[in-house]
Amino acid sequence: MRQFQGRIVTPGTVTAKAVVTHGGLNTLASFQKALQFGDKNATCGDQNNPDLYGKAMAGKALCLPQTIGSTTGGMVIYCACAMGRQPACMLFSNPIDSLAAAGSILASVWLDGVNMPVVDSLGEEFLNYVRDDMTITVKDDGTVCVE
Amino acid sequence: MFLTDEQQAILNGEKGETMAKVMKTLVMYGEAFGADKMVPVTSQYNHLVTSFGLKMISPVYELMNQLIEAGAISQQKFSMDPRPLDKNVPANFLQNFIFNNFMYSKQDFYEGQLKQLGLLNEDAFTCACYLDQVGNKPQKGEVLSWAESSAVVYANSVLGARCNRNSGIMDIMGSIAGCVPHFGLLTDEGRKATWIVKVETTKKPEAQLLGSAIGMKVMEDVPYIYGMDKWLGTELDDAACTYLKDFGAATASNGAVGLYHMDKLTPEAAEQAEALICKGAQVYVIDDAELQRVQDNYPVIWKNPDAKPKLCFVGCPHMSLQQLKDWTDRVEQGLAETGNKKVLIPTVFTTAPGVKKEFEKTDYAQRLKKTGVILSDICPLMYMNNPLCGKMPVITCSNKLRTYTTARFYTEDEILVKITKGGK
Repeated sequence: MRQFQGRIVTPGTVTAKAVVTHGGLNTLASFQKALQFGDKNATCGDQNNPDLYGKAMAGKALCLPQTIGSTTGGMVIYCACAMGRQPACMLFSNPIDSLAAAGSILASVWLDGVNMPVVDSLGEEFLNYVRDDMTITVKDDGTVCVE
Repeated sequence: MFLTDEQQAILNGEKGETMAKVMKTLVMYGEAFGADKMVPVTSQYNHLVTSFGLKMISPVYELMNQLIEAGAISQQKFSMDPRPLDKNVPANFLQNFIFNNFMYSKQDFYEGQLKQLGLLNEDAFTCACYLDQVGNKPQKGEVLSWAESSAVVYANSVLGARCNRNSGIMDIMGSIAGCVPHFGLLTDEGRKATWIVKVETTKKPEAQLLGSAIGMKVMEDVPYIYGMDKWLGTELDDAACTYLKDFGAATASNGAVGLYHMDKLTPEAAEQAEALICKGAQVYVIDDAELQRVQDNYPVIWKNPDAKPKLCFVGCPHMSLQQLKDWTDRVEQGLAETGNKKVLIPTVFTTAPGVKKEFEKTDYAQRLKKTGVILSDICPLMYMNNPLCGKMPVITCSNKLRTYTTARFYTEDEILVKITKGGK
C-alpha cells in the first residue's frame, strides 16, 4: 500500500476501485453519451482517450492529471452528480483546472446528499503508481491510500 | 480570502439562502486557486456557454429555476453560445425527429429561462460575441465572468480584457453576485508567459493549425509568440483579428490556452514586450515540418476513412463578415475554374445572427446562395455531438470541431478544393 498527500478541493471520504487516465479527461466527450442515454455506469464515450474509452466511471475513483475540453465541462460534472452518475471521487495529480473545480464545487454547494471528494496536487508519482482496479481510500485530510 | 462587509453579509445569508449559495460557490472557486479577494465584474455584458436545451441537462434547468424564483438574476445582460438547431442545415427525417423531440426538446423552455435571467436579445446566440455586429466587445482591462473558451481567449488576448477560463454555470454566478475571485488570468502575474514560441515557417501558417500546435504544446500555459508580425503586421485590423479569432479557438480547444501574447500585435505585447515573459520560459520552435507533423498526427476516427464527405462545416468559431465575403469570392473562383455551378459537398457556413443580417444586405449573400452554400447561425459542434451525426463523414477547417467531434480536419485550401472541385 502507498499513501499520497493531496489538497482537498471538496471534502469527503470514500473507498472505491480506481480507473485511471494518463491524458487529460475531456469531460464533455467522456460523459455526454452516458448522460444522454441513461447509462448508469457512465461509460466513457471519448474515443480519443484510449485509457478510459468504454470503461465505467460512475462509482469509481477517477484518477487523472486534469480535465480538458469544452468550458461546459463543469456543468457536465454537475449534471453527472445530480443524476447519480458521478465518480466516487476525482483524484488529480496536477493542481485542479478551473472547469473541474467549478463542477465539483457547484455539486458540493447546490446539490444535497452528493459525496464526491475531490483531491488535487497528488503528484506525478501518484499517477505513475495507480492502476485500474486498485483499491483507493480517500481520507478527510486529503490523504489517498492506494492498495 | 478577503471579503468586503457586503460580500461577507451575502455569504452569511443576509440576502437570502440562494444568494448565499451563489457567493459560497464563488468563494470556494477562488479558494481552490488561492484567490486573495473578490473583484467587481466591470464589463457591460456577460457571455454564457450553455446555450443548448438538451434534455439530459435537466439539473441545470432546476438550478436556473431556483435562481429565478429567488430573484437571483444576472446584473448584466448576456450573450450566449449559438443555438444547436437550424432547419436550414441538412438533416434527415430521423435526425430531425431526434433533435426536436428527444435531444433538444427543452430548447424553447431553456430560452424562456434565459430571458428571465438576462438574455441580451433574440439574436445574441453566437460564440463570437465580440464581433462588431453582435456588440458584446469588452474594453481593455475590464473584468469578465465569461465562459466559452474561444471567446475567453479572444477577450484576454486580442482585447486585453481579464477573464479566467470559467465553466458553464460558474459564468452566471459571477454576474449574479457582481464579482469574481481574483486569481489566474485576472492577475498581472498570471498573465505572464511561461512559453516562448518562435514561428519560423516559410509561408503564413494556417491559423487553426498554428493554434492547434501551440495549444497541444503549452496546454493551459501562456505563450508569447514571435514571428507572426511578418504575416499579420503590427495593427489589429480586421484581417488580423479574424486570424486571431480562429487561431485562439484552436489554442483553447486543442489545449486549454486562456491567453496568448503575439509580439508587436496584441495589446499587452505591444506595450510590454519581453517584460511579459517569465524567467526560464520554455521554448517551442514551429517550422513547416512541425506544422505538417501536427496535422499528420490527427486521428481519423471515421469508420471508413475513405468515405465520401456528406457535409462540410466552415465557421467554428463563427465567421466574421469579411470572412464570409472572402470565402464567397474563393468558392465562386473555385467553381469557375472547374465549370461546376454549385458546391459538390453540402456545405454550411456558420456565423452570428447579427453578422448574417449584415451579410444579407450585401450582394455577396445572393452570390453565396448561387454556389449552393448554406448560411446558418447554428453551432456545428452541437449539431455534430450526437451518435447520428457522429457517424457521418463530415469535413471542416475548424480544429475545434475536429477536436470535439468526429469531423475530419483539412486546411482551408484543401476544403476549398474538396467542395468546389470534388474528391474524397
